Amino acid sequence: MIYEEKREQGILLDGIGLAYGKGAAERHVLRDISLQLAPGEFVAVLGPSGCGKTSLLNILAGYLRPTRGTVSINGKRHTRPDPEVGVVFQQANLFPWLSLARNIEFGMRMQNLPKARRKERVSYFLELMGLEASAKLLPHQLSGGMKQRAAIARTLAAEPEIVLLDEPFSALDALTRENMQLHLREIWRKTGKCMFFITHDVDEALLLSSRLIVMHPEPGRVVEDFANPLTAGAEDQSFARIRSNAEYSTLREHLLTRMDGVNTFV
Amino acid sequence: MQSNTQAAVPLTNGEDRLAPAAARKGAGGKISKEWLYRGISAASLLAVLLLWWCAGTFGWVNPLFLPKPQTVWNAFMDVLRDGYKGHTLLNHIGTSMRRLFLALAAAFATAVPLGILCGRYRVLRAIVDPFIEFYRPLPPLAYYTLLILWFGITDVSKVLLLFLGAFAPLFITAVFSVQRLSPDRINGARSLGAKGWKLYAFIIFPSVLPELLTGLRTAVGVSYATLVAAEMVAAVSGVGWMVLDASKFLRSDIMYLGIIIMALIAIAIDLVIRSLIRLVSPWTEQ
Repeated sequence: MIYEEKREQGILLDGIGLAYGKGAAERHVLRDISLQLAPGEFVAVLGPSGCGKTSLLNILAGYLRPTRGTVSINGKRHTRPDPEVGVVFQQANLFPWLSLARNIEFGMRMQNLPKARRKERVSYFLELMGLEASAKLLPHQLSGGMKQRAAIARTLAAEPEIVLLDEPFSALDALTRENMQLHLREIWRKTGKCMFFITHDVDEALLLSSRLIVMHPEPGRVVEDFANPLTAGAEDQSFARIRSNAEYSTLREHLLTRMDGVNTFV
Repeated sequence: MQSNTQAAVPLTNGEDRLAPAAARKGAGGKISKEWLYRGISAASLLAVLLLWWCAGTFGWVNPLFLPKPQTVWNAFMDVLRDGYKGHTLLNHIGTSMRRLFLALAAAFATAVPLGILCGRYRVLRAIVDPFIEFYRPLPPLAYYTLLILWFGITDVSKVLLLFLGAFAPLFITAVFSVQRLSPDRINGARSLGAKGWKLYAFIIFPSVLPELLTGLRTAVGVSYATLVAAEMVAAVSGVGWMVLDASKFLRSDIMYLGIIIMALIAIAIDLVIRSLIRLVSPWTEQ
């Protein structure tokens, strides 16, 4: 009994398949993907474009119905978007008519949290993100990095079970990106949320994740799934330290080959 | 490279700075040029006024066709003091504006919700579309005859006419701006817990509001033109009627006066809507 309950904790993808067309024209975007994501995991999903990683994210978020299989969160079926699954998009996607603070407050407002509690949590997240000074500004007055930080804060403030991030830093310049990566890892450690992080940047995946997943296209499937040995037990070490790890370049090469090996089929 | 956790999150690198001063300076340059062009516009206006004054003063044109500026000014003072045919000038203007405002408010309140729903639900749009497409290209005055038949030469027929004129552009703007909304905007909001009417009230409506106001600008243009024409066809008050009535008595000074007043009102309305657009969507301003 206790075992059963434990099994149901976290996010479970069971035999997810996604196909378009019928009969001979049927095209499989995803085939038979089963994953279990535990609370507190930082899962980086790597793969070449067209491997279906964004489709997988859309299914997890509830934006897309899989043709086969189910998604459940803590034992409950998840079929449509709700605050249990937070999403951070490639573009910050803030609501341009709301101030930063109001953007962060949005999810709590939709969930009818009492005003005092909302205020308290907004200031907590503003501080966590280093955005206190910009609370009253509108999104168009912010830099790209600040917008993305606000977007992450907005998602976290709605208290999701899992946060899906779809290449959230790919639109930022290199310096800002590294900054954001550090920041995200910090937030992950502080909040202990499960992160499902899609990227095509192998270094980013190696530095941030606790678990690495590689996907291949046609049909989209998981070909690698292992714990990141570089960060195991030491999630707070500096990026420089991780990069200087002897295993780093081997692992990097391995992942690049696994991602690239696909191109011979295309 | 930073050594460890807390200090490892520096938040004050260059990218954090807000609205760069350089951009503002660039905008400043643009603004001074803007004033130059405004000055040129003012000068060109003054030149034409001067030409008008000369034409009157030196008798270049028959004053029936083109009264002197002074005559028009005097007509203005007269009408302002004594009114025109039983109504004060403000009364005439007020009548016209009340018709316009009632029609626009009613059109906005109905066309926008219906348009938003039609933009979201293809079936609903399929039901409504044929009627909109049927009457939209019609010149409003064509069906004004029907409205007069039903409601007489009343305010009701005029307000309905303007309502119909404003409805179509507002409806179409609402449909297309909802269809153009990025799926990420809607999806993101749903993932934050917005659903049902909250999605409409807190996300979809504010998202399309700037475009709706632009649509409102078009709608005002259509209904204002219609209003003046309608008042000329059948009315006993209003600025449009004043011009038509003056023409029957060859009071060209009043006609010019009325036309100038109409233009100024149109400009004022447009200014109000434009500042409204700027107010609700500061992010679209360049």
